[in-house]
Amino acid sequence: MANMCPYGRFTHAVVRGIPESFGKAGGDSRKNGETSVDLAKAQRQFGCLTGALRQKVGLQLIEIPSDPELPESWRIEDVAVIQGDTALITRPFKQQRRSEAEAVRKVVSELNLTVVEMGAEEGDSGGATLEGSDVLFTGREFFVGISSHTNHRGAEVLADTFRDFAVSTVPVCGGARLRNICSMGGPNTIIISNSDGAKKTLRMMEQLTDHHYEVLTVPEDSAANCIYIKGPSKHDFLLHRPAEECPDSASAFQKLQDYTLLPTACSEASKLGASLSSLCLLINRKHTYF
Amino acid sequence: MTTESGADSEAKQPQENKEKGKAKEAAKPENQPEELPAAAGHSTPARKEQEPQEDDQVSHQSSTSRLSRSPLKGVKKVKIMQCKVTMLDGSDFSVNVEKRVRGHVLFDKVCDHLNLLERDYFGVTYRDVENQKNWLDPNKELKKQIRTGPWNFAFNVKFYPPDPAQLTEDITRYYLCLQLRDDVVSGRLPCSFATHTVLGSYTVQSELGDYDPEELGSDYISELRFAPNQTKELEEKVMELHKTYKGMTPADAEIHFLENAKKLSMYGVDLHHAKDSEGVEIMLGVCSSGLLIYRDRLRINRFAWPKILKISYKRNNFYIKIRPGEFEQFESTIGFKLPNHRAAKRLWKVCVEHHTFFRLVSPDAPPKKFLSLGSKFRYSGRTQAQTRRASSQIHRPAPLFERSASKRYNMSRSLDGAPITESHETLMKDSAADGAAKVIAKGDVITTVTEKKAEEEKAEQDDAQMAAETPEPETPLRHDTKTDSEQTDFAFDGDMTATESEADEDSEMPTQDASPLEEMVKHQTSISELKRSFLETGDNTSGLTEWEKRLSSSPARSPRADEPPMIVPLEPQDTKDEQPAGEETKEEVEPKLSEAARYLVKYVVDSMATDLATSSGPHGLSLSTTMDDDVFMDGTLREVDEKTPDSQEELSERAELKVSPGAVRQEVSQAISDKKGTLIILKDSEDKVDTEGKAMSPVDEEEESIIPEEDEAEENEMLSASKEKETIKEDTSVEARNAEDKTQRLRIEIKTEDLTQIKGIDSPKKAMASWISEEVKTEASEVISVTNEVIEMTNGVNQEAEFFTFEEGQTEQTKSFKEVQTKKSEFFEEVQTKKSEFFEEVQTKKSEFFEEVRKEQSEFFEEVQKEQSEFFEDVQKEQSRLTQITISESSTTSLAASTLGWVPSSEKTSAEPQEEMVVATETEAAPAESTGPTSLDVVEVGTKEVPVVHTETKTITYESAEPDTNGDVDPGVLLSAQTITSETTSTTTTTHITKMVKGGISETRIEKRIVITGDSDIDHDEALAQAIKEAKEQHPDMSVTKVVVHKETEITPEEGED
Repeated sequence: MANMCPYGRFTHAVVRGIPESFGKAGGDSRKNGETSVDLAKAQRQFGCLTGALRQKVGLQLIEIPSDPELPESWRIEDVAVIQGDTALITRPFKQQRRSEAEAVRKVVSELNLTVVEMGAEEGDSGGATLEGSDVLFTGREFFVGISSHTNHRGAEVLADTFRDFAVSTVPVCGGARLRNICSMGGPNTIIISNSDGAKKTLRMMEQLTDHHYEVLTVPEDSAANCIYIKGPSKHDFLLHRPAEECPDSASAFQKLQDYTLLPTACSEASKLGASLSSLCLLINRKHTYF
Repeated sequence: MTTESGADSEAKQPQENKEKGKAKEAAKPENQPEELPAAAGHSTPARKEQEPQEDDQVSHQSSTSRLSRSPLKGVKKVKIMQCKVTMLDGSDFSVNVEKRVRGHVLFDKVCDHLNLLERDYFGVTYRDVENQKNWLDPNKELKKQIRTGPWNFAFNVKFYPPDPAQLTEDITRYYLCLQLRDDVVSGRLPCSFATHTVLGSYTVQSELGDYDPEELGSDYISELRFAPNQTKELEEKVMELHKTYKGMTPADAEIHFLENAKKLSMYGVDLHHAKDSEGVEIMLGVCSSGLLIYRDRLRINRFAWPKILKISYKRNNFYIKIRPGEFEQFESTIGFKLPNHRAAKRLWKVCVEHHTFFRLVSPDAPPKKFLSLGSKFRYSGRTQAQTRRASSQIHRPAPLFERSASKRYNMSRSLDGAPITESHETLMKDSAADGAAKVIAKGDVITTVTEKKAEEEKAEQDDAQMAAETPEPETPLRHDTKTDSEQTDFAFDGDMTATESEADEDSEMPTQDASPLEEMVKHQTSISELKRSFLETGDNTSGLTEWEKRLSSSPARSPRADEPPMIVPLEPQDTKDEQPAGEETKEEVEPKLSEAARYLVKYVVDSMATDLATSSGPHGLSLSTTMDDDVFMDGTLREVDEKTPDSQEELSERAELKVSPGAVRQEVSQAISDKKGTLIILKDSEDKVDTEGKAMSPVDEEEESIIPEEDEAEENEMLSASKEKETIKEDTSVEARNAEDKTQRLRIEIKTEDLTQIKGIDSPKKAMASWISEEVKTEASEVISVTNEVIEMTNGVNQEAEFFTFEEGQTEQTKSFKEVQTKKSEFFEEVQTKKSEFFEEVQTKKSEFFEEVRKEQSEFFEEVQKEQSEFFEDVQKEQSRLTQITISESSTTSLAASTLGWVPSSEKTSAEPQEEMVVATETEAAPAESTGPTSLDVVEVGTKEVPVVHTETKTITYESAEPDTNGDVDPGVLLSAQTITSETTSTTTTTHITKMVKGGISETRIEKRIVITGDSDIDHDEALAQAIKEAKEQHPDMSVTKVVVHKETEITPEEGED
């Protein structure tokens, strides 16, 4: 397929800065009010991430300025699902997050992506909700985790948008979001946590897929979310949580041959239920048709 | 993905009459190929590619020609049918084939025409009454597959190769491309904008060659279709890409096209509407890797072939048995509800075929005839592995072929794009709309009924004439039938199944296209070789039938591949046609035996003798014991479920049985015992299955291993179909045909229905009413299509269907009937004993099944009501004259007597029957004389709106004075249960034997149901008395406790209006 190249080729990354209001959005995954998040640390970690993406991996980085009005806007992954030259602007579960999309919409349009609006699809009455962190794109197909944030209708809209691909729904058992428990670790590799819930999800994915994936199991949930990018020089990069955050999983990543491993800390965002991949949108502007 | 894009996708495509006109012209040689006018014609505008929609012109024309044909001329004619095959490029290919020819003949002709060697990926489709796409079975006769409607087909890709690059020839890829282009444009294969662009650009490159603005102009691209709703933007992008392909050959462009298309998630997925166990609308997608479950557009489950242990269907349910997972202990069965029986069967077949083609190295060994249940349907063509091996042997120089220009869309852009999208949306999203569309189509079917009648009538008349003049042949029909089943059983390769009918086709092979074929012959696996060897077998067959001889000797049957096949000379064909016709005469005799009024007599005999059950059955078919056990324990609902397939199966068996005696008298006994053997064995294995998989019993009954499921109906269909034809012919009366026309126009497709027709037409009196109703019942469960329902409703409860199917023939038949009667009865004697043994089983199922179906029927009834009444109005006009006679003659009476109790009062028992007799006479007289609704309990189930004929039902119960001592207080423990059916001329006795333990005492309870069918010629009372007497004799140590006489009579509309 025009869009069907192996997973991992990206040219751009879109990120959004950590606002002052970081961690001040009521509720979400924090137990009670203010988990002690360290804003400065979070911003430092954010800087490391973007630096790695730009300098180590070599992506063009587009940083949307932070907006204190939108305390969760840094979780940019949620507001759009981008595949090929199509960007689906999602409809996050939380009403107050929906305005986060505006800036993202602008950026992706400037990148000449075809923008598909989920809200436009059915108006607000459609009730579709979808967040990018519940979507795992493997290069061949989509898995959509049906979670508290993403519903069936939302998955349908996604399926309607990316018609070339099979879109399978899987239950999310092990974590709040699908991407919390798994991510791509290579063109053909899924990294997944070893928790029971994650295993269940994995089994479902295995049942639903026509393809065969390698599976890299990591003992910690938080370690399962990585960012894999095949850089311009065809080199494999993997951004993963550092050993100090996920001590048990460090060895697992060593199994990935010939990878450039980029330990990237994410402890503060993680406290808010986010993960490495939550912080960026990856885009490939170089389509290859064959 | 391909879909059963039924009526919904028949979007508006107004410009098709042109093609049709063409086709028709080509079709008009002096031989006047027959074209059955399609019923649904006017109503369903169809999509360009393959709709069987007929075209008014064509049908009118052919009808005119038929009308003007003189009967004499008809006598000398063999049925040549003109098939219109819609090719992948949208053109129509007209080809004439003999009516009785099998599906592969047509397929081969088409492939020859296309010069296609790698043909295993392809198939021919036709649309059924519901406008659903069905694959033509290569091993079944065309006419048995195309029941009604025009002989319109489409050539399609059946198995989408997962890796098209592995195809050997460019020409194969070209046709695959054409299919995919259509899949894309129609929306069956959804893709993104980007993909539309890419696929479109390769399409342009392959069709138009290099981008050349001077030659092509700037707007060249708008004439082509790439997407369901094509935008200017898309066209621009396509053009942009097209510019970059300079120098790319068409074949390369196609390879690129396929490389992209194959990655689409819906590539090669055949979608079927269904509901899951919770009633949620889903789609089942069959593809090379397994079965996919979609809800809306989302994949919610997937079962790879290795995970599936068994596939089966029952009625409208489709089941898959899943291999237990790593951590599971037991296999699980998942059931889906399909819209109707046919849909379930269609899905099942597609699964069987896909599994075999993609998963197996060679086709499954077909089931051993006597040892397996259910359908003998298997995929008998080559598997992908085999076809790859074979095509690797193709060494012909790449054939030159013309890439035909696809349809141009100069003005119709918006027209085209939009509707197709719509249909796509409909398919995926709202099946409600889909359903609605279908209903509409059906309505049309019904309304067109009257028009066609005249023509058909004529045709049938001709047939009759032919039949009349034909000498009695040897045994062609029987032979045919036999081959059929053999073929399904033992054929390993669809291309080469050796039947005589194919010899014909093959004889042309060597003569065509010498150079490439010669090459091919060298290779064992190459197609022509297969055919050749096949031809040889045909020649060597020692006992050549007339049919074979004709075929092998038939001259002028070697059309070149690319020429339209010639029409076969009249002479030899005639012979062939005559044979079956003559045969029918004999066959006909058989059904007559069973005529009689219909009585239901129920007995319940109780006794302490626990052992009696098995040993004392009237004819002791003890084999069925276990099975019935299960049935009984499962409770009524389940029972019905279980019974359906059974009775179906038995129906088919019965059909066979009937055919064989008809065909050759001398062979009758042989044949029958054969059948009986079959039946018994079948029963046996069924037993096993049942007990073993009790929980999953619905599944088990139909099949045992992964693919091996059976559709009994199929066989049934074949047999009945041939029989149908024949019986019709034999009936010299025009009216009978008339009636048949109507039913045909109703588009009754289910085989069982055909049976009904036969009986109805051929012998209103002869056919056993009970059988008819039973068959109708079976249908009821199988078919939910509206038209069918019409029949069921009327037939089932009130037997109105009987009325309308055969009433017309009634008067005229009376004469001929008398003559045949004598013959019949002689013949009957011979067959009787064997037959009755065999029929026992059948009967049982029938009666049990009966009640449940009625309920269903009344549900259906509401829906159908409208159509029904419309239909009846039509029918009535024509028939009202005859109605009265019919009714008085074919009054159906059924008495049910059941007995309960403990006192061995033989007096009682004897007394009761007498009483019954009185009743019987009464009831019988009533309809005959007054035809008024005077009887006691008129049971009219939901027929109020139907202004035609009603059946009266009377039930009278006689109970012995003794109350049921053990009472029903203690339900007891069921030890065993058994059902036995026996039959004589006019009665059918069904015996249920149940053994219970009640309060420490074991009780055997025998319930007999005696059905006496026929008209007033038969002394019902005597028959009843006789039956009761027999029953008593059979169980001397038991007492009759209850007799219920249940009588059903038809009454005329005029007098019997509620």
